[in-house]
Amino acid sequence: MALRSKGVLGLNERNANVIQRLNERRLYPLVDDKLRTKRLALAAGIAVPELYGVIGSQHDVRRLADLVGEHRDFVIKPAQGTGGDGILVVTGRSAAGQRLYQLADGELISSNGIRHHVSNIISGQYSFVGIRDRAMIEYRVETDPFFADVSFQGVPDVRVLVYRGYPVMAMVRLPTRRSRGKANLHQGAVGVGVDLATGRTLSGVLDNDIVYEHPDTGAAIGDLVMPQWDYFLALATRCHALTGLGYIGVDIVLDRFRGPLILELNARPGLNIQIANRAGLQGRMTTIDAWQGAEYSSEEKVARVREAFRTIRP
Amino acid sequence: MKGGRAYRVWVIALVLTIGGLSSSYYKWQVLGFPVAPREQTEVWTVEVTVRFEAGPGPIKASLYIPGLTPGFAILEENFVSRGFGFTENYVSGGRQVQWARRRAPGLQTLYYRVVLYKDPGQTQSDTTPPFPAKPKLGEPFNTAMEGLIEDVGGKSADAESFAEQLLKRLAQPVADQNVELLLGPVPSAADRARTAQTLLAAARIPARVIRGIYLQDQQRRARIVPWLEVHDGTRWLYFDPVTGSQGLPDNFLQWWTGQDPLLDLDGGVDVDIRFAVQSNVMSRIELAQRRADDAPSVLAQFSLFSLPIQTQAVYSVLLLIPIGALVVVLLRNVIGLQTFGTFMPVLIALAFRETQLLWGVIMFSSLVVLGLAFRFYLERLRLLLVPRLSAVLIIVVMLMLMLSVVSHKLGFEGGLSVALFPMVILAMTIERMSVVWEERGSTEAIQQGLGSLLVAAICYAAMDLDIVQHLLFVFPELLLLVLAATLLMGRYTGYRLLELYRFRGLAGSGN
Repeated sequence: MALRSKGVLGLNERNANVIQRLNERRLYPLVDDKLRTKRLALAAGIAVPELYGVIGSQHDVRRLADLVGEHRDFVIKPAQGTGGDGILVVTGRSAAGQRLYQLADGELISSNGIRHHVSNIISGQYSFVGIRDRAMIEYRVETDPFFADVSFQGVPDVRVLVYRGYPVMAMVRLPTRRSRGKANLHQGAVGVGVDLATGRTLSGVLDNDIVYEHPDTGAAIGDLVMPQWDYFLALATRCHALTGLGYIGVDIVLDRFRGPLILELNARPGLNIQIANRAGLQGRMTTIDAWQGAEYSSEEKVARVREAFRTIRP
Repeated sequence: MKGGRAYRVWVIALVLTIGGLSSSYYKWQVLGFPVAPREQTEVWTVEVTVRFEAGPGPIKASLYIPGLTPGFAILEENFVSRGFGFTENYVSGGRQVQWARRRAPGLQTLYYRVVLYKDPGQTQSDTTPPFPAKPKLGEPFNTAMEGLIEDVGGKSADAESFAEQLLKRLAQPVADQNVELLLGPVPSAADRARTAQTLLAAARIPARVIRGIYLQDQQRRARIVPWLEVHDGTRWLYFDPVTGSQGLPDNFLQWWTGQDPLLDLDGGVDVDIRFAVQSNVMSRIELAQRRADDAPSVLAQFSLFSLPIQTQAVYSVLLLIPIGALVVVLLRNVIGLQTFGTFMPVLIALAFRETQLLWGVIMFSSLVVLGLAFRFYLERLRLLLVPRLSAVLIIVVMLMLMLSVVSHKLGFEGGLSVALFPMVILAMTIERMSVVWEERGSTEAIQQGLGSLLVAAICYAAMDLDIVQHLLFVFPELLLLVLAATLLMGRYTGYRLLELYRFRGLAGSGN
């Protein structure tokens, strides 16, 4: 089979032989709960978006305004949401009386509307199995000008797949009009493969199809060289030690003021990254499996990966 | 370690498969449970009514009842006799029931009822009889007998051909003198059988007369028919005493053996015995179950059929759920279809069983579409999650009610079975769908909705197969096979069918 010879990883194989083998179930809450991830990262000195506050009960929903304080823009997200569901990005407030908030897509929402959204989050509408959840209010990341031409609203992020402590594949996720500013591929964002060795972007994937331009801005998405690429890889590698999970997706955003920040970790990262990179994961995993046994520092790991997984440009 | 785990799953699956299959095989072959749906068997009910006028003294009635019945097996029998004590015993002619009572005034009626079914496995199990003593007859009969035996003996080689020749001689329409003398002027079938037995005894061939009835439907008065049995040294052969043809008709039920009368009555007069025969069809399942009730098989004792009938009806549906689950596993993990909720399609498929597929799909779609419309309106009211879910549930119930009433008014009876739709599941589906709709767009929501509907329809098709329903109900141990298949699919780590499409860009791109 052509896919097999390319080393493409399928969902069944990922679930049975990668996730079940490498990701201990007791470690899941570390990444499924974004609050815990944030605390872990902070304790390890890893930069994350600043947390303004947490709302954990319907009663506390009224405290929203206090928590937001003087911040003009902020993000509300469910601590245990999946796939980017339930994230509300507030970009500004109306001057008069501060009654209305502006969302990332330009829509206006009343403070009542925002409170309703928070109470839905708390009821568990966006969490895995409908369990009660908490709403996090945090710093809104401002897109670095680097991405200005290739994203539509929202904030692009970099997904680095880390396998047994080694960055194994990476892509940039660019929001589109259809994804409504969100960087999740299944919501319509474009995924663009990144050469691990150089940080240079390759071609993109939109709904399983290969694309070369951003669907909204029309700008070419290939051949951009990511700034601070070393740092991105180092950051992702450290997240392995943070959680102990053998197979994670690390989502990193590039803030125009604060540089790379860890947004969240994912214990069940998707497989579209393979389409974006036009490469299968299995071959790379086998290579990394062969390196097990020797102790390498984070720097050495990154160096090895950059040497081994250089993408030959088509 | 990875190999070890796969190996273990294969071993478990193999054990489960062997267990399920062998238990089913035993029930099929030994206990006779049918593998095909709606298999039926003819059963015969024979009722013997004995009427007599009781005398003043004690009454004792001995009635022959079927004991050895080649070709038939007894399913059940009843003795009905008010005020009489009865005992069963074995006598030389077979099995007898003996009714006894110290005193009974007036007309007495005794009933014996037996239910039988054809069972080719039932054969004559008698031991070899001793050689009979040569009968002593007065003259001129002795001479006639000797002459006839000598004559027939010259034209035959063994017991079988001797009996054949002899009966042919007895059956000739224009009898020779010897035969006429021995048989008498107007011989009955019983006379012929008795004469043949005597003549065979004279040739030192064991023979006996058996009595029985023909099992034909709806006989109010079946006649007792004699038949001749001849032992050829190893087994019993059957002959028609009237025509001389060999063999036993397959609807002949042997009742007793020998020359004794059917009923031996002391203390009664004006005896009237009637045989009534009736045939019924009984499902093979029922038959097997009733047989198993008597058998010491633990497997059959603990079968579904021992449950009350309402519980059986519930299980006939519940047993299909694993099949639905198997289909879901197949469609999700091997094909790669997406659905709302893992087992929602199975429950929808169960509802389709009541509504039929077309109606089910129409009603499911209209309920979801209408429910979604209400749900989107509810969104604007800014309700909390649980009250909103409850509101959707209430609306779903009202929509179902409306759908039933409207379709009934329009004359579509299919709309009445809507009530069996799992409304909680529908409400949850609507809620999930609306969240997906808002968060991920209408395309994905509709895609997943149609996916769920497709999976439900396929589940329904699998669960609706007669053979599947029948096999699972009669052989519930086949669920072990379903479990084995599920375990094996749980270890399937190959690509899903839709992934071949999803990753097609990778397969085609250059090296």
